[in-house]
Amino acid sequence: MQIEVGDYLALASIVFGIGAIGFLVRRNVLVQLMSIELMLNSVNLMLIAFNRYMPANHAGQLFAFFVIAVAAAEAAVGLAIVISLYRLRKTVHSDRADSLRH
Amino acid sequence: MTAAAEGVFFLCAVLAVLSALGTVSLHSPIRAAMSLLTHILALSGLFLVLHAQLLAALQVLVYAGAVVVLFVFVIMMIGPAVPEPPVHRGFLIKVLSVGVMLLVTTVLMMSVLPVTLPTLSLGPCAPGAGAECAQFGGVAAFAQSLFMDALVPFELISVLLTVAIVGAIAVARGRTSEEAQVAEQKRNAADKALEERTLREKAMAAEVSAHGGH
Repeated sequence: MQIEVGDYLALASIVFGIGAIGFLVRRNVLVQLMSIELMLNSVNLMLIAFNRYMPANHAGQLFAFFVIAVAAAEAAVGLAIVISLYRLRKTVHSDRADSLRH
Repeated sequence: MTAAAEGVFFLCAVLAVLSALGTVSLHSPIRAAMSLLTHILALSGLFLVLHAQLLAALQVLVYAGAVVVLFVFVIMMIGPAVPEPPVHRGFLIKVLSVGVMLLVTTVLMMSVLPVTLPTLSLGPCAPGAGAECAQFGGVAAFAQSLFMDALVPFELISVLLTVAIVGAIAVARGRTSEEAQVAEQKRNAADKALEERTLREKAMAAEVSAHGGH
């Protein structure tokens, strides 16, 4: 069986869906951040798979490189916010992060 | 595409999906983080099959080496969080969101699965493929593209990372007790000054109206 680009795209879609469901269903902020990482990673896989089939330049790989850098920054800031939330509320439950309600 | 590359693809694909499921479904955050680590390693295997050697290395260095370690640090720092009572408040929303996302994912998957592109050999280069195939995704070729085509975004990314580090420290640091005391004193002094000023203004207004009365 020949592996086509569609297989990579399908795999990336499945992982993206798992990440999205995890983000929507879980209420632990840490796991929600991990779900965001899953989604970003699946997009990286898609970009790199497309780039392999169009090897005239490295556009897809460059894009994935920048996505990795932004994801690292996002994880750092997100975890800092989690620590701040834990100081304030003694919890990592996103339903309890409701200071701005009302 | 050699059989070995196909084997790596299937192994890594199955591992990636299973560990992604583990990441979102495991109850303990530390197990979820370990599952995320497995997912990242599986993805870097897939990147290798796709001739993105540098990105496979970066994936392991940045994600497994930095992001997952950061997650583990935070989980260790927070400790075993107080178990929350199970809420059934958002049950309908949860069922709805899972249903919609399953639908979207299935449709997306079915629509991209038959996609084919004019293919070249995935996996190892054919014997007569030439130097270009061998260099694709390597450090030299990738760096050439990075610094020729994307120099400005590259520099901007370094600014972004610096800002993110400063912001993360500023948000996560919190106040020491002495700093909190100093801030409290400042706030009290400001409150006092404001109170005095309003009193003075009231007195002045009363004086003015008393004059006006004459």
